[in-house]
Amino acid sequence: MFYGSGVLRGMLVTLKNMIQSYFCKPEDGGLFTSQYPEKRLPEKERFRNFPFLIYDKEPENLRCVACDICAKECPPKCIYIIRDFDTDGKPLKKPKIFDIDLTVCMNCGICEEACPFDAIYMDHEFEISGRERQGSLLYHKDDLLKSNEHFHKIRPTDAAAIDTRRQEDEAKKQAVKKEPPKPPSTAS
Amino acid sequence: MEKTVTLQDSGAIDTQTLDINIGPQHPSTHGVFRMNMKLDGETVVSLKPVMGYLHRNHEQIAENMFYLGSMPYTDRLDYFNSMTNNFVYALTVEKLAQIEVPERADYIRVIMSELTRLVNHVSVTGFLLNDLGAFFTPVLYAFRERERILDIFEEVSGARMMCNYFRFGGVKYDLSGEALVAIKDVVSRFPKFLDEYEKLLTKNEILCMRCQNVGILSPELAISASITGPMLRASGVNYDIRKVDNYSIYDRFKFRVPLGKVGDVYDRYYVRILEMRESLKILEQALKEIPAGEIMAKKMAPFVKAPRNFKPPLGESYARVEAPKGELGIYIVSDGTPQPWRYHVRAPSFINLTILEDLCVGHKVADAVVILGSVDIVLGEVDR
Repeated sequence: MFYGSGVLRGMLVTLKNMIQSYFCKPEDGGLFTSQYPEKRLPEKERFRNFPFLIYDKEPENLRCVACDICAKECPPKCIYIIRDFDTDGKPLKKPKIFDIDLTVCMNCGICEEACPFDAIYMDHEFEISGRERQGSLLYHKDDLLKSNEHFHKIRPTDAAAIDTRRQEDEAKKQAVKKEPPKPPSTAS
Repeated sequence: MEKTVTLQDSGAIDTQTLDINIGPQHPSTHGVFRMNMKLDGETVVSLKPVMGYLHRNHEQIAENMFYLGSMPYTDRLDYFNSMTNNFVYALTVEKLAQIEVPERADYIRVIMSELTRLVNHVSVTGFLLNDLGAFFTPVLYAFRERERILDIFEEVSGARMMCNYFRFGGVKYDLSGEALVAIKDVVSRFPKFLDEYEKLLTKNEILCMRCQNVGILSPELAISASITGPMLRASGVNYDIRKVDNYSIYDRFKFRVPLGKVGDVYDRYYVRILEMRESLKILEQALKEIPAGEIMAKKMAPFVKAPRNFKPPLGESYARVEAPKGELGIYIVSDGTPQPWRYHVRAPSFINLTILEDLCVGHKVADAVVILGSVDIVLGEVDR
């Protein structure tokens, strides 16, 4: 082959790719990009971004019991929880303050893995931006609360599995309550 | 170092060497890396790499963190290859706590780390061409293929780059049937892409002119400076940790270790292309043989929900994998508490970078940029 043939053959490859980009489908070498804000790719179910708190039916009825496990397990320590107390000073099973600093959160999903009450899950929302450095990206409890329907919408298979498991657990608990008291080891 | 004959020596004209900084904010240094160069005309007389601009205290953070908590941080070492980083950390802790990994999980790990190798090598050859001045055509062709693999990572682990997928004693999620089909699809179409890529680049006269006999690394220097990975193999030293150490289940697969002859930039480029072809062979075998079954060791099941309770026994361990950039190792000393007592990362990018001066002296500034590109560094791993 003559000197410069390598360059010429390379040019043919680029030419072929240019022509393909107009006439072929993305799988066969056509244009691969999508025009993002107008056209969106379908979301993958396991895709994880910042966490959210899940509630059943009403926002009052949130699953979180302020056990503080996720705050302890969180590697960058971006979760801050304070338990709620009633007027007599008795601790309630819900958080008074539940803050997540999204500027610190690194989307690892360990809170979701560690939560024993199925209360915190990773969301699909990624279009979050703020004008100031703190403020708007420090999410409080009200910003984090999302319904179980939302969870069903973004992750249908996971949500269905979790719902059936929760229902079974609930049924077991009811059965245990109705029966005469047993030793505590079997009740768990 | 050989003394180069300069204009000043010849006495023709009175000249001085010129100090010049490339970086830390220079696009061709692949991140925040600074090369402190002394130039005679355009020839490099001396070069001092300056690192540490991206230092994030990874080791200290890991020493104050429960064991699983460091797993997402290892993603951020070499952010191109989070799967192999996860792999070495999981291997180290498994060695420490003597955890047996189920067979399916082992296969998934091998598949993921070979896909990572494809991602890394295909984009590093693209970036090398970027440094040469072939601006963005090769790298975008490469990214087209990389995109398909990142889609698989997203489907399997939930994130494209910060996968956080491996767990001690297994992996986080199982591979679904669709994911396996997608991986098979990528593996079947990749050789065609590689052929096209090679047609574009390998025999290109400009690439050969710029890369051949530039930045030659002798095998003796490579061994004495403990260079690993494709850089060492490009110098003709047959050392691949997948063969030497047989970690995980790599002894079950048939593949060859491509070697270079000269040890120049061109060999480093070509060894990476050949390594991708070998990775594809491993992937084909692994996809054929992958068994059904558990993905998590029984011993680790109680710690899935409560990673903080995981306390490995007293002792130390060092595990290493053949990461796409070289030997990536993690050393852990445990004192029986939930946190490691000592945690150290042997980062291939950092150690491969130490011989940059020996490679660059005597070449032009433009060649120094190409040589740096062929070393294949990621500053997240260099500085940690």
